[in-house]
Amino acid sequence: MKYVDEFRDGALARNIAAHIALEATAPSGYRLMEFCGGHTHAISRYGIADLLPPNVRMIHGPGCPVCVLPIGRVDQAICLAREQGVILCTYADTLRVPCSDSLTLMRAKADGADVRMVYSTQDALNISRDNPGREVVFFAIGFETTTPPTAVAVRQARTAGLHNFSILCNHVLTPAAMHAILATGSKVALDGFVGPAHVSTVIGSQPYEPFARDYGKPVVIAGFEPLDVMQAILMLVRQVNAGRAEVENEFTRAVSRTGNLKAQALVDECFELRDAFEWRGLGTLPHSALQLRPEFAGFDAELKFGIGYVAVADHKACECAAILRGEKHPRECRIFGTACTPASPVGSCMVSSEGACAAHYTYGRFREAAQ
Amino acid sequence: MNRNKPEYARGLDIRHGRVEMSHGAGGRAMAQLIAGLFAPAFDNPYLASGNDGALLPQVTGRLVMSSDSHVVSPLFFAGGDIGSLSVHGTINDVAMMGAQPLYLSASFILEEGFPLSDLKRIVDSMSSAAKAAGVPIVTGDTKVVECGKGDGVFITTAGVGVVRDGITLSGELAQPGDAILLSGTIGDHGMAVLSQRENLGFDAPIVSDTAALHGLVDTMLDSGARLRVLRDPTRGGLAATLNEIARQSGVGMMLQESAIPVKRAVESACEFLGLDPLYVANEGKLIAICDAQDAPRLLETMRAHPLACEAAVIGEIVADSYNFVQMTTKLGGRRVVDWLTGEQLPRIC
Repeated sequence: MKYVDEFRDGALARNIAAHIALEATAPSGYRLMEFCGGHTHAISRYGIADLLPPNVRMIHGPGCPVCVLPIGRVDQAICLAREQGVILCTYADTLRVPCSDSLTLMRAKADGADVRMVYSTQDALNISRDNPGREVVFFAIGFETTTPPTAVAVRQARTAGLHNFSILCNHVLTPAAMHAILATGSKVALDGFVGPAHVSTVIGSQPYEPFARDYGKPVVIAGFEPLDVMQAILMLVRQVNAGRAEVENEFTRAVSRTGNLKAQALVDECFELRDAFEWRGLGTLPHSALQLRPEFAGFDAELKFGIGYVAVADHKACECAAILRGEKHPRECRIFGTACTPASPVGSCMVSSEGACAAHYTYGRFREAAQ
Repeated sequence: MNRNKPEYARGLDIRHGRVEMSHGAGGRAMAQLIAGLFAPAFDNPYLASGNDGALLPQVTGRLVMSSDSHVVSPLFFAGGDIGSLSVHGTINDVAMMGAQPLYLSASFILEEGFPLSDLKRIVDSMSSAAKAAGVPIVTGDTKVVECGKGDGVFITTAGVGVVRDGITLSGELAQPGDAILLSGTIGDHGMAVLSQRENLGFDAPIVSDTAALHGLVDTMLDSGARLRVLRDPTRGGLAATLNEIARQSGVGMMLQESAIPVKRAVESACEFLGLDPLYVANEGKLIAICDAQDAPRLLETMRAHPLACEAAVIGEIVADSYNFVQMTTKLGGRRVVDWLTGEQLPRIC
């Protein structure tokens, strides 16, 4: 496949690996956080850890949209589907997130709730058109990558007068999560970030500049292909060695400094900052998520159906919170691979293929077996 | 004068007619559907006898029996349809036991309102597939459910076959050191059905690989290679099937990603849709596990057969108490090739 195979080439990978091994000489080692679940998935799926020297350690970050969604948010969606009788449209990954009363959206569906898996916001709009007598709610989750399509859908619904359509808005902001990871009191010592791929195509590389400037952490924005990740690791090693802390862009084929201005304008037109939003693992963070602007209030499911947010504590044994903060590795969770597996997840990190636990369980658990 | 013509009934209107509840009710309409559609298509003396079951000649040897239900959506796809699929599916399940398939049964669950012209297309396709394979459909059944209670047509086939003397194939016989062979490219069937279903219209059309594999199995058995396991990687794809065998045999596997053949169009479509070809269904491929010493000979035999010209040795069986199926990636790292969680593609066969 053109433009894909080139970024998965074994010979090139070995070449970059040799450079990393040669140059990664700092005695204290290199602790690098890949922010995105997409990177976590690529690292596990292609076995990138096998190509890195032992002193270069990848730490999984919180950039998996399903993982950071707290139980209370999924509870709201289930409540809408079960008690308000709406057609709840959702991306597939969210279906299996465990929440209160041992429920998931999938179990609610088996129980008779009208929950439908959609591939895009356009599917949800079509369902609204086809069911004029029913309320249709789109469970809008994700970082900056999935926000513009939600904005398009809301605008289209307004233009078409689709008043039976609304969204349960859970769109969150990447820089806010990075701030939380680096904030004082954090237990994670990091030497740098592999910066987001798709998110950065929208917001550009500029928003990461404070992390380099204020926290002294190098950031290298990287694509989701395995060679992108390896090249970014090499660039981070070089920055650390040189004592530099800059925002560098490995993903130049898709990311610019300013990002996608049209998408940003669209998001700005429809959304405003929430005062605060609870994240799984990171707690309640100010100005870290979006809500619809007042002029789109009619499409806001939280207002339309009067459902408030109730915070719910995670399962006691579940270490998702510490794993999302990069403080723990999935194997340090007591229930990893025993009570909690992809087939019957306890925590959200075991649900999405981008979740640190699911990626490690699915692709990497032979490593524990070998120890 | 008696104006009743004996045995007169208006003929089936296959071009415009539709399945009605009476076609499954056991009365005249059902008899007419069988006589006008199924019997002439499947045409063999066992079926023609019109009994509740087929009385079959004596066979010597160990018998294999297998059954397979088909609910694929859409019913017609590039390279096949639910009819040919239902014949090939059961023939292959019988053949994977090292057996020569002898007879098939076919049971239909039809939805009221289903066009008879489509039903005829499906039945004709089953007939051609069965004739080409030399395995007659000797008995069957038809039921009709109300409109909205089915999805056009569901077909269940069962098959019996007889195993050659001295041959025992089973999923529990893989041993460390054995070679793992694959008969050709993976993911063709699943992606053909999916691209049709979702109207994806890729430039290079992807065609299902649905095929009867008993001829290929025959030549593989003739080769004298010490075969331990044969299995067709249908639902859940190569990954699920290898995990089943690893668990049954209590072994692990080590695969080479670069050795696994995938058509370019299938690889691209999977990439586009975020699917992994390792988990996508096949309907005309088999996995063979044999003594490593015999692998070159078996590979040569397979490649000489038109249904396995892209066959490859894709890995080996290793001792592993965890029964992990592992793979060296093209990049040079290692990963587990895990069981599928949830469902990747529903209604694929």
